[in-house]
Amino acid sequence: MGVTLPNLAPGLARARRAMRAGRRGLRRGRDWLLAHVPHQVPHWARTLRLRLAGPGQKVTVFRSAGFRFASIYAGLLVISAAALAMFLWWATAGLLDRETEAAIRADAQGLSERYADGRLNALISTIDDRIAQNVDDDAIYLLVDGQMRPRAGNLSAWPAIVVEPNVWYPLPVQRAGTRSLARAMRFDLPGDFHLLIGRDVRVRAQLRDLLTNALLWAVLVVVAMASMGAFVARGLFQRTIANISDTATAIAAGNFAERVKISGRGDEFDQLAETINDMLDRIARLMDGVRQVSNAIAHDLRTPIARARSRLEDAALHARTEDELSAAIDRAMSDLDGIVAIFQALLRIAEIEAGSRRSAFAVIDLTPLLADLAELYEAVAEDAGMHLTVSAPPILPLHGDRELLQQALANLLDNALKFSPPGGTVRLAARATAGGAELQVADEGPGIPAADLGRVTERFFRGEQARSTPGSGLGLALVQAVAHLHHGALILSDAAPGLRATLSLPRGSDNLHA
Amino acid sequence: MRILVVEDDKDVAGFVVRGLKEAGHNVEHADNGRDGLFLAASEAFDAVILDRMLPGGIDGLRLLETLRAQENSVPVLFLSAMAEVDDRVRGLKAGGDDYLTKPFAFSELLARVEALARRGKADAPVTKLTVGDLELDLLSRQVRRAGQKIDLQPREFRLLEYLMRHAGQVVTRTMLLEGVWDYHFDPQTNVIDVHVSRLRQKIDKPFDTALLHTVRNAGYMLRAEGA
Repeated sequence: MGVTLPNLAPGLARARRAMRAGRRGLRRGRDWLLAHVPHQVPHWARTLRLRLAGPGQKVTVFRSAGFRFASIYAGLLVISAAALAMFLWWATAGLLDRETEAAIRADAQGLSERYADGRLNALISTIDDRIAQNVDDDAIYLLVDGQMRPRAGNLSAWPAIVVEPNVWYPLPVQRAGTRSLARAMRFDLPGDFHLLIGRDVRVRAQLRDLLTNALLWAVLVVVAMASMGAFVARGLFQRTIANISDTATAIAAGNFAERVKISGRGDEFDQLAETINDMLDRIARLMDGVRQVSNAIAHDLRTPIARARSRLEDAALHARTEDELSAAIDRAMSDLDGIVAIFQALLRIAEIEAGSRRSAFAVIDLTPLLADLAELYEAVAEDAGMHLTVSAPPILPLHGDRELLQQALANLLDNALKFSPPGGTVRLAARATAGGAELQVADEGPGIPAADLGRVTERFFRGEQARSTPGSGLGLALVQAVAHLHHGALILSDAAPGLRATLSLPRGSDNLHA
Repeated sequence: MRILVVEDDKDVAGFVVRGLKEAGHNVEHADNGRDGLFLAASEAFDAVILDRMLPGGIDGLRLLETLRAQENSVPVLFLSAMAEVDDRVRGLKAGGDDYLTKPFAFSELLARVEALARRGKADAPVTKLTVGDLELDLLSRQVRRAGQKIDLQPREFRLLEYLMRHAGQVVTRTMLLEGVWDYHFDPQTNVIDVHVSRLRQKIDKPFDTALLHTVRNAGYMLRAEGA
């Protein structure tokens, strides 16, 4: 190891002393402050707050979710770093100790075998050999007889502290002029001889201290890094939350165009942001619908109401006979019925758009539904000198709302019959598509100018040609609402001549075998 | 017929009660749910016209559920401003026999109540319906007038059957659309008129007297001459 790190233990003791002194100083300072300026003692715990969300919303540091997540992150990081350091210490420094002990035991085993084979002289020569061959110069041997007189070895006298056999002793030794530390053990041999075997562990102890130090420093660095990381994580967390919170605040303040910014990373926060934005889009669409309806009510219902009112007023002022009066009342009543019908259509569209009707969804077969409608309208077509043709597959199952699909098709047929010229043909057709079903009503009327195609599904919109015909301008709006409820679409196209209205509906559910 | 009107709106109630009396019915009126329940449970009526939202702690639904729990099967028509499809379904599930939303035409209400009251008195299942010299055999599915066989399409047959079952009563276009076609919406075009006029071509045109009459501002009525 090339880097020398300062030993921490004395530093820690100094730090403890300094902290004690600091605390004493703080206490004294506080007492002084309390005695002299009692009203200006800052209550730091209560005032330690930071702004998290919007104006007026303060969250104390310790209650902030960002702080909590960051602390958990830092805590986990420190715990795992400490666990790693402890394992490393055990695997290295501990290993050094264990190796030393194993070497001494092996030595003792070997020497006692030599003693058993060749008596004392062989043992003494072996000890001398081993000392001579000890390249690291860390081996310590001492053989003494019953009177504790040294017979062999490199230690001048039996150390007094080594008494018990088979116990590890830390042994301060003086060798070649330097003080050192050894780890030693006493072994008793038969014939009242005692053997002391040890290893100089000064180098190893240094190594171990170095390692311990390094690991402690590493843990400290990890703590510092974890705190910084936690700070950064809290910042990120706060920024993300603040992004969403800002948007919500802006919307609460009435700025509906605001959307949560998407970072483009495609992470969970982006997914959340997209979900929130989708939700806001839907709310905006619904609100637009409401606004459009209230505008339409203001403009389009005023006319028939005014008409009914003036009829009644005219009758009240000018009717001369009872017949005239009741005729005026009848006409006003039918005007009012018309208004009621418009209201009902509006409410029904709103009800469909709110999506609450999806509970009435069931598996239905479109073919008989088409046949029944065609039967109902065929008579009307024939009366008006038109033809109504139907084509549908033998069976066409779909998951949907029977009543609403009937009404949507009836509206399309109403329109087709209204605008077709005498002798024209209205085609009602259904076919299965890859994803579901397609229902089509085509007429041979004047069609809808391309410029109006996108607008005819708006509530109360009436094209130039439709203005002279009876109707409320709500029929196609309802058809489109029904299409959307079924997650489908209403597509209007030019049938050259005439209009082709196509209801494209997804099957809506798997395993449809009506 | 004896009819109970449970309705808290004074104008609507007055209008309905007056109209029903003019039509020759015996009418009782309650302006809250508690009195309505008491009257309906203690006296015999041919039909009940019931508002959904009522003062007095018992609303129309509760009233009807309590009544049905007592095995009282008097025909009940809901008359309510709650016009959503779900409201209608809830009303019918609670035991209502019919559901009319406000605002309504009195002719529609009268026609429906009379049809309901009549249904309540239904006799044993019939196999043959007769109005004047018009006969409809439900088993052989044949129609004859003055002994002469008339060919009808299946839907025309059902339309005539409905009209004959309600002979002498006003039947509105909406009732026909619901009863014969099972459609619960109002088409813009006069589809019902066209079908009725086709039926009229077959059962009335070749004969001297008309059975199928148009009632102005209301609907249709099938009735024998002088009946």
